[in-house]
Amino acid sequence: MVTHIEPKRVYLAVFAALMVLTVLTVWVSYFDMGDLSIVVALAIAVTKATLVVLFFMHARHSPRLTKFVIAAGFCWLVILIGLTLSDYFTRTWLPLPQGW
Amino acid sequence: MSTVLTAPPVETKTNYLNESYGIKSWLLTKDHKRIALLYLAAITFFFAVGGFFAVLIRLELITPAGDLMQPETYNKAFTMHGVMMIFFFLIPAVPAVLGNFLVPMMIGARDLAFPRINLLSWYIYMVGGVFTLYAMVAGGVDTGWTFYTPYSSTYSNTQVMATAIGIFILGFSSILTGLNFIVTIHKMRAPGLTWFRLPLFIWAHYATSVIQILGTPVVAIAIVLVGLERAFRIGIFDPKLGGDPILFQHLFWFYSHPAVYIMILPSMGVISELVTCFSRKKIFGYGFVAMSSVAIAVLGFLVWGHHMFVSGQSVYAGMVFSILSYLVAIPSAIKVFNWTATLYRGSISYQTPLLYALGFIGLFTIGGLTGLFLANLAVDVHLHDTYFVVGHFHYIMVGGAIMGYLGGLHFWWPKITGRLYPEGWARLSALVLFVGFNLTFFPQFILGYLGMPRRYHAYPEEFQVLNVMSSAGASILAVGYIIPMIYLIWSMRYGKPAPANPWGATGLEWQIPSPPPSYNFEKTPVVTEEPYVYSHEEAQVV
Repeated sequence: MVTHIEPKRVYLAVFAALMVLTVLTVWVSYFDMGDLSIVVALAIAVTKATLVVLFFMHARHSPRLTKFVIAAGFCWLVILIGLTLSDYFTRTWLPLPQGW
Repeated sequence: MSTVLTAPPVETKTNYLNESYGIKSWLLTKDHKRIALLYLAAITFFFAVGGFFAVLIRLELITPAGDLMQPETYNKAFTMHGVMMIFFFLIPAVPAVLGNFLVPMMIGARDLAFPRINLLSWYIYMVGGVFTLYAMVAGGVDTGWTFYTPYSSTYSNTQVMATAIGIFILGFSSILTGLNFIVTIHKMRAPGLTWFRLPLFIWAHYATSVIQILGTPVVAIAIVLVGLERAFRIGIFDPKLGGDPILFQHLFWFYSHPAVYIMILPSMGVISELVTCFSRKKIFGYGFVAMSSVAIAVLGFLVWGHHMFVSGQSVYAGMVFSILSYLVAIPSAIKVFNWTATLYRGSISYQTPLLYALGFIGLFTIGGLTGLFLANLAVDVHLHDTYFVVGHFHYIMVGGAIMGYLGGLHFWWPKITGRLYPEGWARLSALVLFVGFNLTFFPQFILGYLGMPRRYHAYPEEFQVLNVMSSAGASILAVGYIIPMIYLIWSMRYGKPAPANPWGATGLEWQIPSPPPSYNFEKTPVVTEEPYVYSHEEAQVV
């Protein structure tokens, strides 16, 4: 198995990016953007998670099989959240009978 | 135990059983075969505990009045029955015992990829078991094995926490076993053993391992969330705290429905081996049987909402889950049809393992087809939470998974112990089990259709005849379990010594002595042909 060693400055740069994004998360929370608030917060969180997986967990230079396993893990997360939301988003389509 | 399991006299070489002696050589072993036997002892114990609670349930239900137990005690009895049987017996049964023993041997490896992690998984299993046993003796738990919120998170004042911790810990044992199998199957196959030359037992365990790894963390998280809400009143499931109780059901069934396939898929792998061996034929449609295991593993993750049709889930989500649930019938049917096609015009010998396999095919078909009734939105409104559901899943889990487990245990018993079991007794007990099983659970379909709800300790008088039939069947079923337990233990000392390949079966595990030496293969085998090449010459071997 080929092991790729990242130079230290890459780790430091990723760490710095994570810190900046954390500050950004706190900063944007002071603005009321309505429904967009959650979207922005989650977008920052996903970016941070991606950085951690790619660099700190060495996924960027992993064999294809490892990448496939990671991708499968995320697919399953999409199934879990997607099908669960298929319930939550459609519950109100059929209004409850009056008098409940 | 090691003193009982001695090598057959004809075998002078050392094997994994007589290589070293003493408790320590077992408790600190890294040999996959010894770990399999540690698991065998452990799951048999928990099966007995779960069986004890089944006896209590069936005794209570002989009479319509709730005269044996308090309602609360009855709730605890069926909860402990479910927890013990599902988490501590059915999920580990085939993978941790037969899988542990056979996966390395079938692919020509000397052990699993991570032998220490394999031993660790057994210890984790035992720690989880100790917590759950503590919960049992400290007052029990009454939520049902499903731990539905808000009852489990807010209202139940029984040992929910201890049981939850036990199951949380246990989950890691299952994850580690799955991880070990996946890495082993990917990395340690013998030269020439390509993916489509793998025995179907290996395909089934591969698919099972995928479920174990992808699903188990979710139920672990769900259990942690219940614990957090109970302990710190963090609002996740309780509506009063801003939570949603149905969210728990989503998280729980995301794992627990695929968990049904963790129980049944390895048994299906066993059945593929048994059917080919005892009909002396190549499996019909190898690729389809192999891929149907993978398809079941994937589709199994898309159907969990069929447990929630009447729970308050959106009807539109219900429709999606209903259609997806029907899809699982396709790969399941492929397997059943291909097994029967394999048997067709085969040179069939009705040895005990095949009797179990035939039992599996029939009972699993009934269990699977009644599952389609329940996947139907409208029919499920009538049948939900009735004995029809109880009958259905026992046909899958007991009629399917346990039949496969016992069939496999008999088939590989000569390999595991180096001794043959008494064939006459074994055939008799397979028959007793089949009769007892059907008498126990078939009446439950009728009871459920007539409207008897599950999880009640008392019922109207008109249901008594069918309930008495069910309880009578359960006592026959118990005999069917006790007989093999006696003769298998007996055979470890007094059984005839087994040759390396008593069934004339193909497969790498049959090319090494019984019981196998510690590192299985002296030389790494080279595989040059597809599995299940049963020619007419080989048919003469038996």
